[in-house]
Amino acid sequence: MKFKNNALALDAADLKILGVLQEDARQTYTAIGRRLGMSHSTVYDRIKRMERHGIIKKYTTVIDAEKAGAKNITAVMTVFTDPKESEKVAEKLCEAPQVLEVYTSLSEELLIIAKVVAEDQESLHAFIADSVAPLPGVLRIRTSMVTKKFKETLFSMANSPKKLAFVEENRDEMGENKL
Amino acid sequence: MNEETTSRILRTLPREKMFYFFTSIGNYTGKSAASLKEFMDKINEVDVRSLEFHFYRGDFEKWIAEVLQDEELAEEVRKLRKFNPMGEVLRNQLHATVSKHLKQLTSKPSSAQA
Repeated sequence: MKFKNNALALDAADLKILGVLQEDARQTYTAIGRRLGMSHSTVYDRIKRMERHGIIKKYTTVIDAEKAGAKNITAVMTVFTDPKESEKVAEKLCEAPQVLEVYTSLSEELLIIAKVVAEDQESLHAFIADSVAPLPGVLRIRTSMVTKKFKETLFSMANSPKKLAFVEENRDEMGENKL
Repeated sequence: MNEETTSRILRTLPREKMFYFFTSIGNYTGKSAASLKEFMDKINEVDVRSLEFHFYRGDFEKWIAEVLQDEELAEEVRKLRKFNPMGEVLRNQLHATVSKHLKQLTSKPSSAQA
């Protein structure tokens, strides 16, 4: 059983490599291979193949902003939009450096949900009043300030529904978890 | 006040200069005003919490002074704050102040001609 991602199909070994890389992307091919029982050249080939296909997008550094001294506030902004304009509104939001994430959602109305950071409440308000409210198609905005962060993680193969489905299928077919 | 100044105050503004009514930080009501006349009309329509929010932050007088460039009305709005009006009292006082000023502005060209 393999996962197809455009031209590339991921197998269990690829998923294991991704999982290990997400724990620590600075590990050597040899260290990853030793841990997974593969040769370093196999690890190298598979990683390079996943990089070429854009499955591994980049290697980056996760910063604890608070420890780094940043005193930013975070808010979750819900923008109610005219459906005809929502794509453009979402694209405009993506251009703003203070907007970290942008999603669209359809409940009773078409919504754009965005995570925003700002120096303080006044800068947050100025950004929303001067740059978001005037966008054509914006009907209303609701903003909630984040007061406490309980969890924040990046997407991981370890908690991917895809991987869970893979595990379930292997259990059914092989009678055990093959991962 | 000359005719040029009056026209500038009464002009219709582009989207980026309009007044957007919020009820609190980041919470936009969906109501906006593109001119002084629209601003006066919206005073009667918006949630009174929005009037209180902007009034006590000084947003109204700031927009009137900086965008409409009407120092006289900005000062009149500023003066209202010493009475600490709230709720519908604030709505009525604001509306009366803007309405009176707007009447003066719109009646000036005809009185000058006469």
